[in-house]
Amino acid sequence: MLHRKSVQTAILLSVVVGVQLLTRATDTGYFLTQLTMSAYYVLVITGLCLLMGYAGQISLGHAGFFAMGGYLSAFMTTHNLLKFRGSVPVSLLEKAGVLVTRQDLYGAEILHVHPWVACIVAVLFTVAVAYIVGGPVLKLKGHYLAMATLGLGIIVYRIVLGSAIFGEADGLSDVPALTLLPGLEVSGRLSQRISNYYIAWGLVILSFVSLLNLVNSRVGRALRAIHGGEEAASAMGVDTAGYKLHTFVLSAGFAALAGVFLTHYNGGIGPSEASVMKSVRYVAIVAAGGMANLWGALTMGTILNFLSLRGYFGSFDDAVFGAILIIIMLFAPEGIMRRDFLGAVKQIISGGDKGQQDGHTQRQ
Amino acid sequence: MNAELFFQYIVAGLTYGIIYAIVAIGFNIIYNTTGIINFAQGEFVMLGGMTAVTLNHFMPLPLAIAAAVMITMIVGALIEIVFIRWLENPSVLRMIIITIGLSILIREAALHIWGEGVRALPYFTGNEISSLEFFGVRISPQVLWVLGVCTVIVVFLNLFFNFTLLGRQMRACAANRNAARLCGIKAGNIVTLSFVLSAGIGAVAGCVVSPITYVQYNSGTGLAIKGFTVAILGGLGNSTGAVAAGIFLGMIESFSIWVMPTAYKDAIAISVLLAVLFVRPSGLFGRSDIMKLKEF
Repeated sequence: MLHRKSVQTAILLSVVVGVQLLTRATDTGYFLTQLTMSAYYVLVITGLCLLMGYAGQISLGHAGFFAMGGYLSAFMTTHNLLKFRGSVPVSLLEKAGVLVTRQDLYGAEILHVHPWVACIVAVLFTVAVAYIVGGPVLKLKGHYLAMATLGLGIIVYRIVLGSAIFGEADGLSDVPALTLLPGLEVSGRLSQRISNYYIAWGLVILSFVSLLNLVNSRVGRALRAIHGGEEAASAMGVDTAGYKLHTFVLSAGFAALAGVFLTHYNGGIGPSEASVMKSVRYVAIVAAGGMANLWGALTMGTILNFLSLRGYFGSFDDAVFGAILIIIMLFAPEGIMRRDFLGAVKQIISGGDKGQQDGHTQRQ
Repeated sequence: MNAELFFQYIVAGLTYGIIYAIVAIGFNIIYNTTGIINFAQGEFVMLGGMTAVTLNHFMPLPLAIAAAVMITMIVGALIEIVFIRWLENPSVLRMIIITIGLSILIREAALHIWGEGVRALPYFTGNEISSLEFFGVRISPQVLWVLGVCTVIVVFLNLFFNFTLLGRQMRACAANRNAARLCGIKAGNIVTLSFVLSAGIGAVAGCVVSPITYVQYNSGTGLAIKGFTVAILGGLGNSTGAVAAGIFLGMIESFSIWVMPTAYKDAIAISVLLAVLFVRPSGLFGRSDIMKLKEF
């Protein structure tokens, strides 16, 4: 198994490095910007893939979690606390080193929460929200679950669109860079383009390999049992409610993390990130990737997001994703990137793991 | 708040509530015969309104509305025949995703046909500023049109489902499709009919409300979400419940403006839905024991 995992990681790493070298050789470095953004969307999509494909729970509200993370981080790092400087909580926070000062776009001084703190708080807050609403939401099934998650997304969208502190229709801008290490920061600066590409894809590979481990473990088998038949899984002693909730929270956390990073990378966030269409788009990509197929989600997520961000779909951007949804669901509900298709390719590369493979084919 | 304003809010709530109820009834008709929720229901409303506005340039208003309803019904039938009919025992997840995809495609097609402009039919009687006064409350004649047409639809549907052979066949399919088939009912055609019927009702609603609410390529989505909310609040499949729940939601929205900014109106409506789903998923008027027996 260890051998297999390191081969998979090595393949991913070499593709990521290979693409960067290719853009360098062909002098198309500007592609890296969209590839970086795609990476963050892929992070949402692989998380959603775990929830939809493996645990079998649909979510039409993941753009809400994405936006929640992004907006909170953006709000904390752009909201000026200077006028509250005298008050007790602000001065306490400042003494604790949580607050920093910088100059805004117009050169005025602004006192705000440190990006690192904002990032952590935003993700933790989203996870907490997912944890609280996940309990009652995941008790629902079918149409009710779809509607409830759709509703969550709409509430977030309406709040960010209607609140002055979140910039209403304009969103928030002038979000500062998130410095990971000295000289290494998440920002849209041209000089940081290549390093940001590696930050984003590094994050994707890290989370992807962890997800692969997860689905091939006891937890993954439990999730698939829930997907196959909830009552049956429950009768076998699987804590169905617990597993569903934890998967939901995990995927919401992924979405929030992606939202935070993309917001710092873009230097801002707008209400369209929370829209229903975004949530539907994530679902479409998971479906196109083959539902219970992390590799498919990764591949499709990268390709479709990249094409969409580069503007290849023109004014048919949303229509393309609508068409993908219908075509996939009508003709190949298991997706076009079937495990047995990719599995055959992978088997040749990794030297075979027959038992694993059979398990998947039977399930389909 | 004075009494006059209070009644004005009630009238506004009633108007919107009835509109939501009509969309919800469209959901219920398809849900009852197929067990699926057609997420493209709001697009029928939009299509009806948009087509009528365009046709109204060439023909008088009643004719334009009739033609628009016919065209939307044909679209409904085509959708069922092309996308739904030949699927065998599709899972709920699959149907949800297909109908969401359809709603996106119809919306995008409308965007490319009609552009982003906001349109409206002329007022059926009078114009924007004419109003009737009842006990100090001013009501636009179009509001009376909405209330009247919706009442007619609800009464017509009740009669249809209870007293006609076709209506009874549809109910038989809803109760048990295989048993209905054994009795010689062509279940496939009944499903097509349910799509035609709900597309027609959606289109009528779209025409009647367009002078008040206007219609745009994306106005279906909001209506669909509200209609779905109302359908669940009233208990899925229960049309009388849908009317009651529609008026309830319309009132809540209308009075929420009194305490909260208008921008949060939708968020409040959805929060009500979530609260009901968490506490009583069978809806305000549904029975929880029946709910447990339903397939998802």
